[in-house]
Amino acid sequence: MATKELPPPVAWVDDRLGIAKLGKKNLRKVFPDHWSFMLGEIALYSFIILLLTGVFLTFWFKPSMAEIEYQGSYSLLKGLHMSEAYASTLDISFDVRGGLLMRQIHHWAAILFVASMMVHLLRIFFTGAFRKPRELNWVIGFGMLFLGIIEGFLGYGLPDDLLSGTGLRITQGMIQASPVIGTWLSFFIFGGEFPGDDMVSRFFTVHVLLIPGLILALVTAHLILVVYHKHTQYPGPGRTEKNVVGYPLMPVYMAKAGGFFFVVFGITALMGALLQINPVWLYGPYNPAEVTAGSQPDWYMGWLEGSVRLMPGFESEFWGVTLSWNLLIPALIVPPAFVTLVALYPFIEQWITGDKREHHLLDRPRNMPTRTGIGAAFITFYGLLWIGGGNDLIATHFGVSLNSVTWFLRFAVFFGPVLAFWVTRRIAISLQRADNDRLLHGLETGVIMRSPDGEYTERHAPISPYEAYELTARDRILPLEVGPETDENGVRAPRRGLTKFRAALSRFYFADSVQKPTAAEIEQAHAHGHGHDDHEELGHSGEVPGVTGTVETDDETAREQISKH
Amino acid sequence: MSEKRLSLSPARFLSARRRHRSAGLVVLLFGLLAVGTAYSAFAPDNAVADNSAQSQQIEEGKKLFAVGCASCHGLNAEGGSNGEGDLAGPSLIGVGAAAVDFQVGTGRMPAMQPGAQIPRKAPTYTPEEIEALAAYVASLAPGPAVPASESYDISKATDEQVTRGGELFRTNCTACHNFAGKGGALPNGRYAPSLMGVDPKHIYEAMLTGPQQMPVFSDQVLQPDDKRDIIAYLNALQEQKDPGGFGLGRLGPVSEGLWGWLVGIGLLVGVAVWIGAKGVKAKGAKAE
Repeated sequence: MATKELPPPVAWVDDRLGIAKLGKKNLRKVFPDHWSFMLGEIALYSFIILLLTGVFLTFWFKPSMAEIEYQGSYSLLKGLHMSEAYASTLDISFDVRGGLLMRQIHHWAAILFVASMMVHLLRIFFTGAFRKPRELNWVIGFGMLFLGIIEGFLGYGLPDDLLSGTGLRITQGMIQASPVIGTWLSFFIFGGEFPGDDMVSRFFTVHVLLIPGLILALVTAHLILVVYHKHTQYPGPGRTEKNVVGYPLMPVYMAKAGGFFFVVFGITALMGALLQINPVWLYGPYNPAEVTAGSQPDWYMGWLEGSVRLMPGFESEFWGVTLSWNLLIPALIVPPAFVTLVALYPFIEQWITGDKREHHLLDRPRNMPTRTGIGAAFITFYGLLWIGGGNDLIATHFGVSLNSVTWFLRFAVFFGPVLAFWVTRRIAISLQRADNDRLLHGLETGVIMRSPDGEYTERHAPISPYEAYELTARDRILPLEVGPETDENGVRAPRRGLTKFRAALSRFYFADSVQKPTAAEIEQAHAHGHGHDDHEELGHSGEVPGVTGTVETDDETAREQISKH
Repeated sequence: MSEKRLSLSPARFLSARRRHRSAGLVVLLFGLLAVGTAYSAFAPDNAVADNSAQSQQIEEGKKLFAVGCASCHGLNAEGGSNGEGDLAGPSLIGVGAAAVDFQVGTGRMPAMQPGAQIPRKAPTYTPEEIEALAAYVASLAPGPAVPASESYDISKATDEQVTRGGELFRTNCTACHNFAGKGGALPNGRYAPSLMGVDPKHIYEAMLTGPQQMPVFSDQVLQPDDKRDIIAYLNALQEQKDPGGFGLGRLGPVSEGLWGWLVGIGLLVGVAVWIGAKGVKAKGAKAE
């Protein structure tokens, strides 16, 4: 077999582990090429950096809340009483060789880890890469994002400085706001009254053992599924739902991905070396009696902070039990609802569109105007809450009143997303129309022609077959139909109300979006178009070059294909 | 005594009694005059000079006040309205020299325009003029005096004192002024200003007098030693170089997140685009 051609060391390993067969199959695995497919890699590499630097930090960090007197080399805190956790963080920063660099790389990598997961999520969302068969991989990815945020927040809480303590105090307040079980839950998590003696050691175990383990397992599952499903690709000539056009893993992506890993590591290390992050020594040891202006969580919890900051102080009392709506709504109802909505989005969209087909070709965002609009609304909602989390710095740095910022945002979180949805959807629809124009009439050349009878026309050049293919390689999208109210025996269809609701949603979803032209329309446009000289080249034979195989003839055929499965 | 007894006779009762009273008053005035003259005769000469210099300073301050301050604070510093019934400037009676020295010395007064908060700017008056204004306002009623320079002298502060100042700073000041003294927002357009680059004397006076939104930290609340230690800590913060590199404004996680997104993710996405474009170039067959 192939073993004979293998160099001796590889043959030795192959005899024992059987890697030749595995390698032959997987090293030649083809991946499509696009910069946006590398966003998830940033997250993967930041995670590796986090594991490496995190291990370094555990060598010196002491997850203990025992009170000691600081005698390290940072003179401004010398002689103060503080927890061992905080003292050891100061030691890492000032007395361990390379410790501060490692701390800073760790923290920047954490910020980039969550940020790149979110950017990756947005790419998946706007290109529809979450559609069948990849819905579960979306959920897995979302699970990692969620765990990454929790992981980051626990890490933020470990140094036991004034900032992290304040953050945990706010969290404890949110936990306590849970109706009925709040107090018990808080006692359970913190081992008694806040802050107690247990929180750092508990959070440490979860931070270094439980959550990284879970994320690692999910990363593995995520990547296995990418290999199993094969990577999605953007539409283009020669790319169909049944193939993957790109380069083999070995050597192209080994080089690209390997190189990218070093770039990510390099940029993170540079940030760790040049940009100071979380200067714990400035905050001082945590003391529940103290607080500082500028107490904010790391960015990924910022929207939660903003949600709480924007909420007016409502409170009500029932039978001696106080319900703090000012925390319940912004911390315990809105964020979980939003998160659940995003996590379940693939299933929701599928239910609305009734699309049960497999999709391996990506959508261009403009071709799903409603989805793109929803994405823009989500981003706006999230972004406004984010701004709310930093309302004090907005106020001081832009010279506006804190109250004005807060009141503006209180309204903007409701109206902003609607506006963003509407504007984005309109833009997407306009872009679709522009695409159809290019397809049907070609490019405007700027050359004005005058016909013998005096009519002026602009000459249009046809677009390339490549572009024509790209523009048309998408499905016709059609709203669901409600179907007859009763069947042939006069029996009312079951769950009629739900079906009607679903159809209404579907109509809303597809309202005003522009269908791609049918083959007949393109042919007709070219036959009667302004480009008198050019349509000859395109031919009239009913087959439009570059528009092969993906143009369904009419709505009936399209509907049949959508609901076939 | 015999005269008094005489005066008591019924015939001269009324006039005698009246004269007796006037005489007492004259004696009193005469006595006061005599003591005063004696005092001025015996008191050292330089004290006389000082006294006149001080009154001259007060006089000068009063003139400056009438030109630069009275339009809002009233001609006699009794406070003034803007003509529509709103307070234009509060009464300055009893605010003391320290308040004047702080407000005028940091350029906050004279204010350019009324607003939620009067910002710090380059001082308009010379130190001598500020002293004159302070002397005038102090002459209206007793109030906190400008602290002696020893009280905010931090050159001899020990490490323990600086650390102690840090604890006091975190307990009393950071809630508004931020952990690094960078300032923070307060409601309705007001704010706690940055404490960086502020004269130690002015920080001391601010604690003493509680300007604008700030509470008063009198000498009973924060003793002079406490105040000095806080100033020493702030000075140490200001002189400290950020050991971790560029400090991002020492504003906390918001600026860190901003840098993470704009610089970190920005650079990484840029590199991803670059690597992606490399592949396209190698392929060479990509349309357009």
